[in-house]
Amino acid sequence: MTRATQKAARIVFFLSAAASAMAAALVFGFLLVFGFPLIGGGEFFSLLTRPWSPGQGLYGFLPMITGTAAISFLSIVFAFPLSLGTVCFMGGLGPARISRLVDGFVRFMTGIPTVIYGFLGIFLLVPVVRTLFTSAGSGMCILSASLMLSLLVSPTMIIFFKDGFDSVDFRYIQAADALGADSVQRLIYVILPEAWPGIVTGVIMGLGRAMGDTLIALMIAGNAVHVPGSILDSARTLTSHIALVSASDYESLAFKSIFACGLTLYVLNALAVIAVRRLDGKRGQA
Amino acid sequence: MFGRIRTGIIKKMGIAAISLLTVAALFLGAAQAGAIDQFSGLKGDIRISGGTAHIPVMKEAAKQIMSANPEISISIAGGGSGVGIKQVGEGIVDIGNSGRAPSEAEKEKYGLKLFKWAIDGVGVAVNPGNPVTALTKAQLKDIYSGKITNWKDLGGSDAPITVYTRDASSGTRAVFWKKALGKGDIVSSANFVVSNGAMKTAIANDPNAIGYVSVGHMDVSVAGVSLDGVSPAIETVKSGEYTVARGLYSNTKGDPSGLTKLFIAYLLSPEGQQIVVQKGFVPVN
Repeated sequence: MTRATQKAARIVFFLSAAASAMAAALVFGFLLVFGFPLIGGGEFFSLLTRPWSPGQGLYGFLPMITGTAAISFLSIVFAFPLSLGTVCFMGGLGPARISRLVDGFVRFMTGIPTVIYGFLGIFLLVPVVRTLFTSAGSGMCILSASLMLSLLVSPTMIIFFKDGFDSVDFRYIQAADALGADSVQRLIYVILPEAWPGIVTGVIMGLGRAMGDTLIALMIAGNAVHVPGSILDSARTLTSHIALVSASDYESLAFKSIFACGLTLYVLNALAVIAVRRLDGKRGQA
Repeated sequence: MFGRIRTGIIKKMGIAAISLLTVAALFLGAAQAGAIDQFSGLKGDIRISGGTAHIPVMKEAAKQIMSANPEISISIAGGGSGVGIKQVGEGIVDIGNSGRAPSEAEKEKYGLKLFKWAIDGVGVAVNPGNPVTALTKAQLKDIYSGKITNWKDLGGSDAPITVYTRDASSGTRAVFWKKALGKGDIVSSANFVVSNGAMKTAIANDPNAIGYVSVGHMDVSVAGVSLDGVSPAIETVKSGEYTVARGLYSNTKGDPSGLTKLFIAYLLSPEGQQIVVQKGFVPVN
């Protein structure tokens, strides 16, 4: 490659990287500017702890924060053993050919649009939950949403976990083999302790994905605006709340409070990414 | 071999369908010699969004116009009345549908023109398996405010009531809240659904559900509940007996022109009003 094309390529790539970084920064700025009337007035933190009742002039989103927390954490609780089991299977416990098949399938699953999961949830999962637990009422509840969401986040977690497994130094594995370890011992004593940063990264990325998803919760969590008391209660996430309220009158206070809601979500997701970065950094130094 | 037989059958079915369509087209062609002809020779697109109660009529009208003139494309989106008003006001769509008249503030801000082409009732609906078929307005208010929480207090089975409602952008909700609940409270544990269609699906799947849908959307999958002795039906809405009703509006920014004007004229024409009747609404002309 000549020097000129090299230079051109560098400029093009720099510009595209700058553009995507700028977009993220602009979104943050946009949320700050539009949410400022609420943040500047010191109202922001009271919004985090108040209920939502536009009829009485209350625009807090405590119910939505608890809804998001409950649904995303529970989905990780379901997805974690599923994902770890799958990766252990692919990472030496299962036959190679089937492992490759599973790997291909997991990658395929990352491409399924979330609306498909939501749709399946309404027709297949919600009726089951409703008949199994009578107190679930409609069957649209935290449990249904987080079960469905765990299917959505598992592929993400599996890919990060597998990354962690693959990064284990091959010499350690050879050493374990030389000592006569069987595949289960190798997994428990060598691979898992070495791969844990990848596992933590996977969990955090999965959590980020679960918090950011809108459609599954919007379609099958029920969207009630109260702080849920059990996993069989209907709940609303921050994302569904934005989707539901953004369709209302642009001039209303309810609409303006949405920016603060978006900001909360942005900060939560940013924290997840920062946590991942720090972990990766630590792994790099070790 | 099976494959061949099947394709044979499909071919036959195809031919039958095409001949049926041709016959239907001939009849329709003979019957219609009005508003739809205005579209001939024109091309372009019409973008529509907003009220979800309007969608069946919009779709049918669009189908008629687009099959008469393939050069015209009409896109229809939902979103709710609030979205329709906002998007048409901001010039994102040509027609914004709403199941309530836009407020004075909205009309003034965007310079909206209103066209009311049908009247629609908003009926209380329960699962078809529910023995409760009649309620008083007071009972309905108590259900929605969370005072009555079990169907057995209303003569039904011993099961908790699941309350469904629509989000704030819904015109159906606005009318129901104002005229059926008398602007009363809606309990915070109520489930929210995003369209008339989603409401119907939710009620059809949940034996303990109560919700409200546009009368035009009611079918066998849900059971209408009579309110103070009047059942939600086209006849009672038409006669004015059933009072939880509203106009269905199509709004434009300023006076409509071009294809948009023709589309609205089509809705108000005898053919358009025929579609309104066919889809279960009360015509205005």
